[in-house]
Amino acid sequence: MVAEPHIQTTAKSFLTQQEKDAINHEVSLLPYKKAAVIEALKIVQQHRRWVSDDAVAAIAAYLDMSTAEVDSVATFYNLIFRKPVGRHIILLCDSISCYVMGYQKLYEAIQHELKIKFGETTKDKKFTLLPNACLGCCDHAPALMIDEDLYRDIEAEDVRNILETYT
Amino acid sequence: MIYERPLTQHIHINRQPLNLKEYEAKGGYAAVRKAVKEMTPQEVQKAVQDSNLKGRGGAGFNTGIKWSFVPMGSDAPHPKYLICNADEMEPGTFKDRLLLEGNPHQLLEGMILAAYAIQADISYVFLRWAYKKAAALIKQSIAEAYAAGYLGQNILNSGWSLDMHLHTGVGRYMCGEETALLNALEGKRATPRAKPPFPQVSGLFGKPSIVNNVETLCCIPHIINNGADWFKKLSFTEDAGTKLYGVSGKVKRPGVWELPMGTTMRELLEEHAGGMRNGLMMRGVLPGGASTDFLTPAHLDTRLDYQSVAIAGSRLGTGTMIVMDDATCPVGFVHNLQHFFAQESCGWCTPCREGLPWVEKILLSLEHGEGTQADIDMLQMHTQLLGPGNTFCALAPGAMEPLQSALKYFMEDFERHAHEKGCPYVHEAVASSEW
Repeated sequence: MVAEPHIQTTAKSFLTQQEKDAINHEVSLLPYKKAAVIEALKIVQQHRRWVSDDAVAAIAAYLDMSTAEVDSVATFYNLIFRKPVGRHIILLCDSISCYVMGYQKLYEAIQHELKIKFGETTKDKKFTLLPNACLGCCDHAPALMIDEDLYRDIEAEDVRNILETYT
Repeated sequence: MIYERPLTQHIHINRQPLNLKEYEAKGGYAAVRKAVKEMTPQEVQKAVQDSNLKGRGGAGFNTGIKWSFVPMGSDAPHPKYLICNADEMEPGTFKDRLLLEGNPHQLLEGMILAAYAIQADISYVFLRWAYKKAAALIKQSIAEAYAAGYLGQNILNSGWSLDMHLHTGVGRYMCGEETALLNALEGKRATPRAKPPFPQVSGLFGKPSIVNNVETLCCIPHIINNGADWFKKLSFTEDAGTKLYGVSGKVKRPGVWELPMGTTMRELLEEHAGGMRNGLMMRGVLPGGASTDFLTPAHLDTRLDYQSVAIAGSRLGTGTMIVMDDATCPVGFVHNLQHFFAQESCGWCTPCREGLPWVEKILLSLEHGEGTQADIDMLQMHTQLLGPGNTFCALAPGAMEPLQSALKYFMEDFERHAHEKGCPYVHEAVASSEW
């Protein structure tokens, strides 16, 4: 097959030493290499913000897996991003307690401020907005997370101020 | 009356949790010392079995009995695994977060004891990604426990060794199902496994494994310190211990409280959660998370233990309840739940993968005024088709619980949607799946 040498060259040169070291550490804790694939996806995403087709191929080659097998795992998990994302990820909880407490109003406020819907990224690549299942703080609903920051008991009027703190 | 609350006694909101030294000063790790020095693993299993501790993750199975299926002795396969299920993702559930953030060493101590009881070699905390604060605390606590000799080689000169790792997930409800969790830990898609073989015999990487919930594990140190009888006496009813109960929705004081097992729903909702907000009435409650049947105001005097809630027609589940008020549309409420379940179905078996999206679409068409009486019958039929026995795991049957009970208690609302060609409730904004 013609494509194979190309993929392998890309795969070899794609992962940085830092990424390989981190993946090797995970592999060392496990009985076999491919058990580290979720960790490898997380590591690559941590460095590159999303997981491209080339990244999937590189991880596959590195862990002796097929690209299809790596992609089947990558696409299964909600927080492995297979498309480019903005600098900040907004995760708006749309589960039941937040529904009762009116997350819909937050969604409208975010759409108004950023002109994006769920699954979209702002033109300036600053924010990506995603719906998210229960964030586990239902006694302080509605809630959202931006990157690692959790916001609870939010009103629609708070949305603008929250968004403005991100650059 | 002040009741004992062992699991949360050292948890203070807005204060850092106890570090290892502080935890030890409060009697922490005494149970580990006692167990590894004075008790055989079988004695630890027996104590927990006698205490009648039942799994707090939702299934309610006797924890000590669950452990007893793990092969023991010199010819048992190794490594054996002890896994803490901290993938709290049942919508409406937020109790384990309190324990994880509030007293991480208590969880570690419970895990070490459970691991000792089954003679595990490796343990994992499977933590959901969203719990960032808990992740940092657990990482730090594991390091402290290694430094103090509660983890690592030859723990307290017992000859027994245990390693512990933190694994953070990448977001999927299915990871909470114990065999799917094992697949996720093996780097696979989190689809459920066929049983048998049960994880106790062939679990993670084909080795004997136990998966226990956070709250379950946090009970263990107290049982070892104080005995099975003490633990049973904490409860009002047959199901032993205390329980972390949570309430969310339009009540005056949403929150989570550790109370005697068997506290009534009335006491929880009216005294602790302060009753409904002004001007609102309670119409229904999901007593144990999104995948439990509705209970109604007629059930307020139900005792919140496994058996009593089952008799009332639902499940205690996680013990964290979601209150539906009379200004919230039951059809919209159930649509939101089915949207979640349809999205989180792992796709492994056909009834769940294909059925749940249809259920969601039918509910949405009712909300939009396009539904008919035939659609309501179709929903009713699906509660059977996706019910117990027809699917690979409990996800779809769990999804059908709030739907079947909504059809039972709130049928007039469904019919009004069909007859009036739209939702009779005031919606302040669009529903979730309109994007």
